[in-house]
Amino acid sequence: MEPQSCVNIHKEWDIVGARQLGREMAKRLGFGTVDQARIATAVSELARNIYLYAEKGQICFEFIDNIEHRGLCMTAVDTGPGISDISQAMQDGYTTSGGLGAGLPGVRRLMDEFDIHSEIGNGTRIKAIKWVR
Amino acid sequence: MEEVISKNATNYKELLRNYMESQDEQALYGVEKVSKAFIKNNILPEEIVNLHIQAMAEVCNDLTEDYKNSMNFLLEAMIFYGLAMQEIPLLREEKHILQSEISVAASMQKTLLGTNKPEINGMDIGVISVPAHQMNGDYHHFVKGKDGSLGIAIADVIGKGIPAALCMSMIKYSMDSYPEESMSPKSILKNLNRVVERNVDPSMFITMCYAHYQPQESKLSFSSAGHEPGYYYNAETDTFKEFETRGLVLGVSPDTEYKEYEMTINKDDMVILLTDGVTECRDGDRFIESQEVLDIIKKYSDLPAQEMVENVYKHFERLQDFQLRDDFTLMVLRKNS
Repeated sequence: MEPQSCVNIHKEWDIVGARQLGREMAKRLGFGTVDQARIATAVSELARNIYLYAEKGQICFEFIDNIEHRGLCMTAVDTGPGISDISQAMQDGYTTSGGLGAGLPGVRRLMDEFDIHSEIGNGTRIKAIKWVR
Repeated sequence: MEEVISKNATNYKELLRNYMESQDEQALYGVEKVSKAFIKNNILPEEIVNLHIQAMAEVCNDLTEDYKNSMNFLLEAMIFYGLAMQEIPLLREEKHILQSEISVAASMQKTLLGTNKPEINGMDIGVISVPAHQMNGDYHHFVKGKDGSLGIAIADVIGKGIPAALCMSMIKYSMDSYPEESMSPKSILKNLNRVVERNVDPSMFITMCYAHYQPQESKLSFSSAGHEPGYYYNAETDTFKEFETRGLVLGVSPDTEYKEYEMTINKDDMVILLTDGVTECRDGDRFIESQEVLDIIKKYSDLPAQEMVENVYKHFERLQDFQLRDDFTLMVLRKNS
């Protein structure tokens, strides 16, 4: 497998593809079943956000393997409208879709590290890492 | 978290083995205790499913692929439950913060809006005001004039809770700024109406009844701004009569004029003022009739006024299963000499 692989998101079906790639890479890195499921769910949420709000974007996976850690890094990039109030979007229970989405706080919980940059009109870039325990 | 899991994992596996062999109730009781320990330590459902998968793999050696696949499927389905569970402590903490803020506000409201029941010669006064929630949207106030007269205000904000309570503070401070005995009920309401109209959100209304009692002449004058009508009890004929009061609620139109009514009170007569929290008590799905309120008042009318209102309140509190739906304020004035 390539050290980096990406999935383009513009149809709902692409969410499934992104989950699958994320899970495969997690398995290859030696994540346990529970963490594989958590990573797949986090991928799902990021991909859904792109599909619902930005229409077009990409999720890329990268192995991190050095002396200190081994882990999976995922980066979700879109060129959508951007998030105007990130603090609000990171609050529990805040989902503009009004549904039972875990949203960004959910992704942060599922992963070990989480970072977000967003610019109005230019899009959003989210990076999340899970370490192999 | 990992420690708790591994500590209980062995336990879980043994209990499971036990149960698989004998379907023993004791094993089920054991797993109940394990599950309590998990909840206490915020162990997520997906971890437990995973624990089960591992335990089963050790306990049985002839597991089918179908079974294994189905359990992985279940694990996947648990992930969102885990996320939802993680929100609980946070929400609990937020609720706690809000609650303590509200209780501070409520005790502040008590201090701000507090009024003392005055001693008036020849008049026995009883009053009770209980909020449905922590903050009270009902308000009552007594002003004792230098000439021995008594001003009585009773008001209700349409709406409950914090906005209603904030609104009441404004009413209280406007009233405090009026010169005491010089003002008649109708001019007080006219004045307050202007204050409310200017300062309060158009969606909020206040009803109020203001009464003024002059003991020398045994004369009661009162005006009402759309407030729940009070009652007059005539001791001689042993009958209640509803006050016929007309007047627009406060805050609707800036130039409202209020009509003033006058009556003479004789010995043992009673004046009953209340808010709609009293008359709109519910017994199950049924609103009570105003006659029921009067019947209960009558029932306790041998008692001193304060005990009377407290007993009436207890009656309706019980009738509503100890859950008030609206703020409850009841005031009884009885001429006793």
